Order: sequence, then C-alpha cells, then structure tokens
Amino acid sequence: MSNERPDDDLETLFDADIDREPTPRSQRLKRQFDLYVVAPARVAMTDWRAIVGTAIIAMFVLMGTVGVWLVDRPTSNVAPVLVPPFQNPNYILGTDTFGQPIGAQLIHATPDMFRMVFAGAVVSIGFAALVGVLSGFLRGSKIDTILMSITDIIITIPGLPLVIVLIAIFQPKDPYVIGVLLGLDNWPGLARTVRSQVLSIREESYVEASQIMGISTGTILRRDVLAQLMPYITVNAALASRRIIFESVGLYFLGILPFTTFNWGVMMNIAYEGNALSKPSMYHFLAFPLLTIFLMSFGLVLFSQGMDSVFNVRLRARHSSTIDDDGGPEP
Amino acid sequence: MQGNYLAKRIGQALLTFFATVTLTFVLYQMMPGGPEQALRNQILSQQMGSSNTINPEQIEQLVENYTNLESDAPIYVQYYQYMSSVFLEFDLGESLYSEDTVTSLLAERLPWSMLISVYAMVIGYSVSIVLGAVMAFKEKSRFDSVSSVVVIGLNSTPYYVAGILFIFFFSIRNNFFPTGGRYGLGIEPGFNLAFMQSIALYAALPILSMSVLGLGTALTMRGNSVRVLGEDYLRVAELRGLRNSRIATQYVGRNAILPMYTQFMIGIAGVLSSSVIVEEIFSYPGVGLLVYDAIQVRNYPVLMGSLIVFTLVTIVAILIADLTYGFIDPRISSGGNNE
Repeated sequence: MSNERPDDDLETLFDADIDREPTPRSQRLKRQFDLYVVAPARVAMTDWRAIVGTAIIAMFVLMGTVGVWLVDRPTSNVAPVLVPPFQNPNYILGTDTFGQPIGAQLIHATPDMFRMVFAGAVVSIGFAALVGVLSGFLRGSKIDTILMSITDIIITIPGLPLVIVLIAIFQPKDPYVIGVLLGLDNWPGLARTVRSQVLSIREESYVEASQIMGISTGTILRRDVLAQLMPYITVNAALASRRIIFESVGLYFLGILPFTTFNWGVMMNIAYEGNALSKPSMYHFLAFPLLTIFLMSFGLVLFSQGMDSVFNVRLRARHSSTIDDDGGPEP
Repeated sequence: MQGNYLAKRIGQALLTFFATVTLTFVLYQMMPGGPEQALRNQILSQQMGSSNTINPEQIEQLVENYTNLESDAPIYVQYYQYMSSVFLEFDLGESLYSEDTVTSLLAERLPWSMLISVYAMVIGYSVSIVLGAVMAFKEKSRFDSVSSVVVIGLNSTPYYVAGILFIFFFSIRNNFFPTGGRYGLGIEPGFNLAFMQSIALYAALPILSMSVLGLGTALTMRGNSVRVLGEDYLRVAELRGLRNSRIATQYVGRNAILPMYTQFMIGIAGVLSSSVIVEEIFSYPGVGLLVYDAIQVRNYPVLMGSLIVFTLVTIVAILIADLTYGFIDPRISSGGNNE
C-alpha cells in the first residue's frame, strides 16, 4: 500500500478505464493479506489495548482447544468436596460441592461458548451487513423502505424477552442454535449504522465515478463499500460476541436455558442457589466463573477498542493516498 | 412536513405493535404439540392433585379462556379472534395458575419495573455523559487513561455480575441495603415518607446494577467530544469571546450528545429487557420476575402477554423520544431521513 510509487496509481487508475487486466490471484491475495492482516497487526503492536485484548482472546482459544485436550473432563467425586483454591496443585482453583475441579469445568465450558459466540456473531453481523449495505445502496427505493421498516420493527421488539420466550417454548440444547437465537436480536441496530456508513461512502467521488463508468452495482458493493466497512464490522463482531456471552451466561445462570453441558453460567447458578454468597467456603465456586466471564468480555472489549483505533489510524494515514487503495481496480 | 412526519412515526409504531402481536400468535401456533396440546398438558398436570376430572369440552373452554384461541377453529379465524381481542378488548388471556387476567397482573407489576429501569437509564447515561465529556476535555491526561480503563472494566462486567457483587458487599457483608423485595415489611403503602424511603432503599441496588449497562456510553461520549473539540466552529466560538460555560454546553455538549441518540433509543429496549435477570437476582417483584416465574411453570399466556406489553412500552418510549428529538435538534424536525 504505502510502497507504491505515485505514478503507479495513475497507471492503475487509467488502466481501469481502458482494458482492465486482472491482477494475478496470488498477488491479489498477497495485497489483501498485507492490507487486512500485516498492516493492522503492525499498527496494533503500538496499541496496548489491542495487544492485551488479543492476548486474552488467544488464551481463551488455547483453553478451548489445547486445554480441553490436556485436562480431563471433570466428573463428580473425583476430588474432595469444596477444596479451597491454591491449596492442592491438582485442583489449583479448588473444587465445587460435587467434588469436581473448578478449573477443569471452566476449561471444558469454553468450546461450547465459542460455538455459541461463533453462531451468534455470524448471524448478527451477516444480517446487519446484508441489510445495511443493500438498503444503504438502494436508498430511497422500495426495498430500502421495506428493509428499514423491518429493521425498525425488530429494534423495537425487546430482544431478551423474545429470546426467553423462544427458549421457554423450544428448550434448545445445541450451542449453535442458542447462538443463533441470541444473535437474532442483535443485528438491527448494527444494520442501521452500516446503512448510514454506506450512505456516506456512497457520496464519495470514486463510487460515483465507478457508477458512471458503468460498473455493476454488485461489483461496486463488493469492491468499494464492503472493503471500507470491514474494519467497522470487525469491531462490531467483537462487541456482538461480548453481548452473546453476557446473555447466554445470564440465561444459564437463571436456569432458563436447559443445563446440558459445563457452562460458566451453570456453575454460577449452582453456586448461587447453594447460597455461596453467605458461605465463605463456597466463595471460590462463584468467584472464578464470574472472573472468567469478566476476563473474556474484557478481552473482547479491549480488542474491539484496539482494533477501532488501529483502523482509524490506518484510515488517517491512508487519507492522502485514497486513490491507490480504493479507487483503483484493486479488489 | 411536521404533521406528515408525526403520522409516519405513529403509523410505524402501530405497525410494530401489530407485528409483535402477530408474532406471539405465531409463537402460540409453533408450540411443540400445538397450543391446545401444550396447554392441555399444563392444565392436566395442574389438576393432578385434585380428584375431579375434566372433560374435553371443558379443556377446550379453558384453552380459549387462557389464550383467546379457539383451537378447533380454522387458523385465520383464530388469528382474527386473537388480534381483535388484543387490540379491541385489551384482553391478553388469563394466567394458568391464578384467576387473574394477564392484563391485570402486568398492570400491577409494571410501575415497579418502570421505576427501576427509568432511574437506571437516567443514572447510567447522565454519569457517562459527564464522565465522557470530562475525559475528552482532559484528553491524554492521567485522569483520562485511568478512567478509560475503569470504564472498559465496568463495561466488561455483566450487569448481573455487578448485581451479585452489590448484594455481596452491600447486603450480606455490610447490611446497608436489603437483599430483596419492593419495600419493608410492616410499612403501610401509601403517600407517606416511610414508604417512600423504603421504596428507595429497596430499589437502590437493582437500579445501580442496571445502570452499569449504560456506562459504555462514556467512551462514545468521549470520542464524540474529542472530535467536536477539534472542529473549526469551536475556535470561532472562542474567538468570538463566548463564555466557557456556553461553549461547553451549547457547542461541545450538544454536538457530542446528538450522535448518541440511536444508541439511547436501543438502550430503552435493552434496560427494560434486562429487568428479567436483575429482578430475579434481587427478587424484586416487577414484570421481569413475573416473566421469570412464568417460565418456570410454562405459563404461556403470561409469557406472551408480557412480550406484547414490553414491546408496547418500548414503542411508546421510542415514540416520545423520537417526537421530542425535533426540539433538541432542529435539523431532524423535517423528518426526511432516519439517521
């Protein structure tokens, strides 16, 4: 991006008009990799929030992959009941009222958590991007009106009660299904923001130029608009994940979601119902799941904030050379 | 123009409400085993203790009472009946476990939920607006970086975790606040000081833990204010020799708060929704706890009814916010665009 000479830009810009010679796939991929992975990563190294956030998320990913493989799935009575934390090296975080090590439970709850978050984030971000980009680009048309009316309706319907009613009726057990349900009430707000972003990008001169050149709407959407929205979508994916964690753990904690597997919320529920708050011997049973949720969402929030500043810095740095990144035939 | 906008907004609100009622009807239909079967099971298990048996016709009658659905009628007739009883008679059916209608149950609980959610909104948003503005004003100072970390930390704390911690520190360890309920025992409800104090005392912790929800706004406010502080018109205002207080409120404050409007709108729905979790933790008998109890026993009519009423409250709140927004920001009053 930054190492291209100025006359390169002109060449590519004019090339686009006359005969658009497709860039070789490998080079395109390399350029994209540079734009979306290398450059942000380089900038991210200077932002402590991005570093800490990524580290925390990486730790959880390790917990959910290697950790599950290293640590045995806990069963009842493998250990003495209510061992305090930091006493026995076998159960560093102590054990619960059923004699299950708490650390192992926390680790074995992670993969399902990721499944839920993945499904929820994909649904909410996918819907939001689709609806937002489409209606932003077709501003003022019938489709825009219809899509925005639907979005407004879903914004207004209180999401959590709706999800609770759905869960009460269908009792979903699969983490992917739960993730999708929780993601469903997440997208409308984001869709509106994406739409207004698209509206402002649309006004930029290079998009207008593409339109005049007769490039199809789909291509413009993919090349110009989506590319610009990616940073925004990344940041919001992290925030959507946090929200799904909050809500699913909350619903497990209340016992509204059926207990099927290990989950931080289920652990909190059992501890809380056992009056952990007034029994010092049980403090750790409640405290560690609480800490885990806090840590994971802290990581996600830091990551999203770090990414936000990273992308903004990049945008600012790029501002002087907008044409070579966005106006040219680059994918 | 103004009247047109008003009509459009109200039409949209009605459409939304209509959609929600339709949605609950669809949910009734989608129940595993159908509404009749699901409710029949409920009624049978409920009648198990008593010796008297009920015949099918009676069950039919009961299902109709509870849900406004005549389960053997064709589906469009059922839909029409359901819609007309909700819209024209304000009848949401009957609770499965008591003689009360769903409407009266909700009407009794709703003011309490509104009490805590409105205060939580007000506290959460006003604290974060002030905090965000101060942080922006002292950008890059130690105060700014420390409070950024604190706000991110608070923002990563789910409100129910905050609630649990509040109960632990303020009710169990220190006994400053009660752990649950709406007001103290033996206090006579009515317009007297003791009752008011008791209400405030019992509502304090739920309000505090819910206001954590709005705190993320501080960072948005900070970002907006930082951006506004760099604008040219601010320099012009300074050069014109306007008072600092005027610049702070009229120029910075106003322009920084306006973009947060959408967030605030969605916040209304969010805070109300969260009452299900918060009220259960604090055993605060509002609408949220009613929903929670209804889930435990699969009291479908109450569940569906509260979904409708939650939506209604949100629609009204957003409508009010929307219509008053024109007074705050003259650019919006034409109502053409909805960003």
